[in-house]
Amino acid sequence: MTPADIENPRGPRRARFGSSGLPRVMKRAAGFVFSLAITLFGLLLVTFLIARVVPLDPVLAVVGDRATQAQYEAAREAMGLDRPLPVQFVEYVGDVVTGDLGRSNLTSRPVTEDIRRAFPATLELATLATIIGVMLGIPAGVIGAVNQGRWPDHIIRVVGLLGYSMPVFWLGLVALLIFYGQLGWTAGPGRLDVSEQFTYELEVARRTGSVIIDSALSGAWDVFRNALAHVVLPAGVLGYFSMAYISRMTRSFMLEQLGQEYVTAARVKGVPEWRVVWVHALGNAMVPLITVIVLSYAGLLEGSVLTETVFAWPGLGLYITQALFAADFNAVLGGTLVIGAMFIVLNLLSDILYTIVDPRAR
Amino acid sequence: MSQAHTTPPTLREWLSTDTPRSRFQARSIAIWNAWRTLSSNGLAMLGLAIIVVLVLMALFAPWIATHEPNAQNLTGRLNPPGWEGHLLGTDELGRDIFSRIVFGARVTLYIVALVAVTAPVFGLIVGTVAGTMGGWTDRVLMRMTDIFLAFPRLILALAFVAALGPGIFNAVLAIALTAWPAYARVARAETLTVRRSDYIAAARLQGASTFRIITGHVMPMCLSSVIVRVTLDMAGIILTAAGLGFLGLGAQPPQAEWGAMISTGRQYLLSHWWVATIPGIAILTVSLGFNLLGDALRDVLDPRAATK
Repeated sequence: MTPADIENPRGPRRARFGSSGLPRVMKRAAGFVFSLAITLFGLLLVTFLIARVVPLDPVLAVVGDRATQAQYEAAREAMGLDRPLPVQFVEYVGDVVTGDLGRSNLTSRPVTEDIRRAFPATLELATLATIIGVMLGIPAGVIGAVNQGRWPDHIIRVVGLLGYSMPVFWLGLVALLIFYGQLGWTAGPGRLDVSEQFTYELEVARRTGSVIIDSALSGAWDVFRNALAHVVLPAGVLGYFSMAYISRMTRSFMLEQLGQEYVTAARVKGVPEWRVVWVHALGNAMVPLITVIVLSYAGLLEGSVLTETVFAWPGLGLYITQALFAADFNAVLGGTLVIGAMFIVLNLLSDILYTIVDPRAR
Repeated sequence: MSQAHTTPPTLREWLSTDTPRSRFQARSIAIWNAWRTLSSNGLAMLGLAIIVVLVLMALFAPWIATHEPNAQNLTGRLNPPGWEGHLLGTDELGRDIFSRIVFGARVTLYIVALVAVTAPVFGLIVGTVAGTMGGWTDRVLMRMTDIFLAFPRLILALAFVAALGPGIFNAVLAIALTAWPAYARVARAETLTVRRSDYIAAARLQGASTFRIITGHVMPMCLSSVIVRVTLDMAGIILTAAGLGFLGLGAQPPQAEWGAMISTGRQYLLSHWWVATIPGIAILTVSLGFNLLGDALRDVLDPRAATK
């Protein structure tokens, strides 16, 4: 017997001879993979059905109005639309799995390629917004919880509540009106000014797809400054919504922690109050907070649809809405699929992170 | 003492007695107590007042509006608030913005009401059936719920509207399709707490069918949780609907819808700020109202979920 076995003689045995014969961690991982597969399958089914419900005839869009019946039938057969729906669905799943989302009518490029171009812009925006939300939201929530019922708490709650009640596209427009139109502090819509766009196309090597990171890596500081001036408003607007959510959850988790006995024990021991709050209590509140942050990140990917429209930000959201108005369904459904899959994976990731960080949840 | 039995009690006495004589009286007392707690909360009352104003505005829109909401006046385009009796100015076609906001309340209320009578009912049925029946029914229904719950709401609504065609009704349908899973979860959780209780067993022994147990004995127990959830969700529903309207997928012109009004005002944002900003204030106010009321309702009706 090893020392560890003597200390905890039942631990390893139970893991080895568990009810199913599999260690629990493996079982859990299998469960996660299974639910991921089922949910992604459901997403595929929904996008497939939506594509079939569309009142537009995809065959007609290809052959045109003047095609003869024979031409129409031939095209229909070539597109595989004459086969039974389950067969079509299996083919659709096969296409998606191999990365083929069809061709976009709007850009006449494969949808996969369009999405690959647009995605870094969305990712850049959502990441910056999450950073803003975390940097402001967690301290705000802690301060609110420590001052529960007093004026700092009320101010933070009202700011958060407004965030919950505001249309994101409206806040974007108001921010543009004030900071771009009236004060001229920031740049307007888009990712870069037209002149800087030119420099960016010519001089900056694409390494990550993020204009900010790429221009900094290439030392193109004019482009870098311009990109920052453009990103600050949309990232700030999305960051505000992220902050509203994170500060509210932080506050409630902190209130729960501050009422626990270990906090009293630490205070009695003479631990300084700032350490009790920011190290002991916040350390434990961070466990559920991690899942909140991941969920808010997923929410921002979705919220980007409206924000990108307002700020003409060339990301996935703008791509979907533009495709929508061009009746470009391959692009719409491809974009929906990608954002949906990201959303589902992040949701699941928050579950997994929770079990990793919190030993009680294992 | 005998006096108290002969004279009928006043309404207040009837509502505050410890010994209710009928189920109706007990229910009334519970509602009265909830109302007393709620009405002492100033923010909740503010929220309620906002919603009442919204309802009144929608009901009496033709009398409140100062102008015909769709009447164009191309010589009086884009005038600032206060210009010649136009309280909030005019838009790009010279239509009175105040009147359009007032009539827009009807659209908002229509969307909210339609979602509120479809999604929660469907969710309630799925949740209670899954919870009561258990077994495979439960597993299949909840797996479906999980799938829909994992979808991004706005994106899915966008795809639905894209397929069905733009319009208010389709927007409502899309929102309802993405809103029901949350209610199913809540209803199932409530069902699981009551389904093993004695009164259900008693009803079953008396020969009540599963249908009767679900509708008569389980659903009423889930109602208050679902109502709280609906109130809290209303703000999100309004924002999603406005977002669809802003993208041009909700109400179609010339109908006055707040999100669509912001969308048209966008072109004139830097030169004529009021066209886009004023409808946004209306949306903000109404969803704030629902959030305030929902928070307080949750504290009153569902003390377990209260975050203090």
